[in-house]
Amino acid sequence: MEDIKIQKPPKKYMNPYLAGVLLGIVILLSFYFTREGLGASGAFKRVVAKVEQTIVPSHLESENSAFHHYVTDGKDPLKNRLVYMIVGVFIGGFISGAINRRLKLKLEHSPKITSKKRAIAALIGGALFGLGSAFGRGCTSGAGLDGMAVLATSGFVVVAMIFGAGYVFAWFFRKLWI
Amino acid sequence: MGPLFNANDEWSFVIALVIGIAFGFILESAGFSSSRKLAGVFYGYDFVVLQVFFTAAITAAIGLLFFEYFGWIDLSAIWINKFYVGSAILGGGLMGLGFIIGGFCPGTSACASAIGKIDAMLFLGGFIIGVIIFDLFYPLYKPFYKASSMGASMIYDVLGMNKYVFLLLFVIVAILSFVGTAYIQQRVSKKTKKY
Repeated sequence: MEDIKIQKPPKKYMNPYLAGVLLGIVILLSFYFTREGLGASGAFKRVVAKVEQTIVPSHLESENSAFHHYVTDGKDPLKNRLVYMIVGVFIGGFISGAINRRLKLKLEHSPKITSKKRAIAALIGGALFGLGSAFGRGCTSGAGLDGMAVLATSGFVVVAMIFGAGYVFAWFFRKLWI
Repeated sequence: MGPLFNANDEWSFVIALVIGIAFGFILESAGFSSSRKLAGVFYGYDFVVLQVFFTAAITAAIGLLFFEYFGWIDLSAIWINKFYVGSAILGGGLMGLGFIIGGFCPGTSACASAIGKIDAMLFLGGFIIGVIIFDLFYPLYKPFYKASSMGASMIYDVLGMNKYVFLLLFVIVAILSFVGTAYIQQRVSKKTKKY
């Protein structure tokens, strides 16, 4: 705050319990209207399927692809509610960022590591998460949050494993964060 | 009675877009667009992930059971993810590892990308690479991926409990975790520098 700022600082984050209740209501409405809950990873799997359809259609259409059911009967992999939902997530995130003055192009990292190190970690972490959400049949939202909301065993196991593995490996990767 | 539409109904696409906007807006407003804030849950300096996540889960779970009680929704008609024991455990473990290294999950990285976080865009790029790798080598682990299915298993059945009793316990555990983590966060924050 020592130098003169023309821009106002970002607004404070929402109370986490209020955000949680609102998010819970959104999940409830999703089940009420569309029979299914939230999801994020599904849309990206469908983007991958769409790319495969263009480059290696023979792989995608065979039993050797985990996504061949996305294209059975000539279906378009992108014609799915999860694709529309992720477009919404980008729009909603952008609106909140604009209202709260948080729109800014930046690579966020701990002051103890370089931008390059953070970039590589983000890429590797993303790849591991991609593999994990394929095995887990959904990610934190689609498998975890929805699963817990409907009291499904899969949801509780996936969440326990995500947090459990996170705590187990936290010590090894502490230099990335603290 | 709900659910009103099938997931493949075109109305569901429109509703999904609106729900996605609300989802992204809430995630960003709660601070889920910052990897350093998200990672705090694993180092004790910020438990916002746990607070939002479990509050949302119990709110939705209580809401669904009330909707069923009032006859507004047929819970037997909603989608339940099937439980494949080995694949779910491995998948969850890899996601936990990916989270601690990458600092995001898919939904949070999408909303962080939307406000300009380059690390989130890289995470998403990595995520797509991971999915491609999974699909290219799929025949290698297809038997494992499809093994030991317990079907649409419910946690209260596995534990041999009444579902209302289970939900009550879940709410109690969640509240205790909120109290416990608030205490930890207060102590850790004295030592750790705020960002």
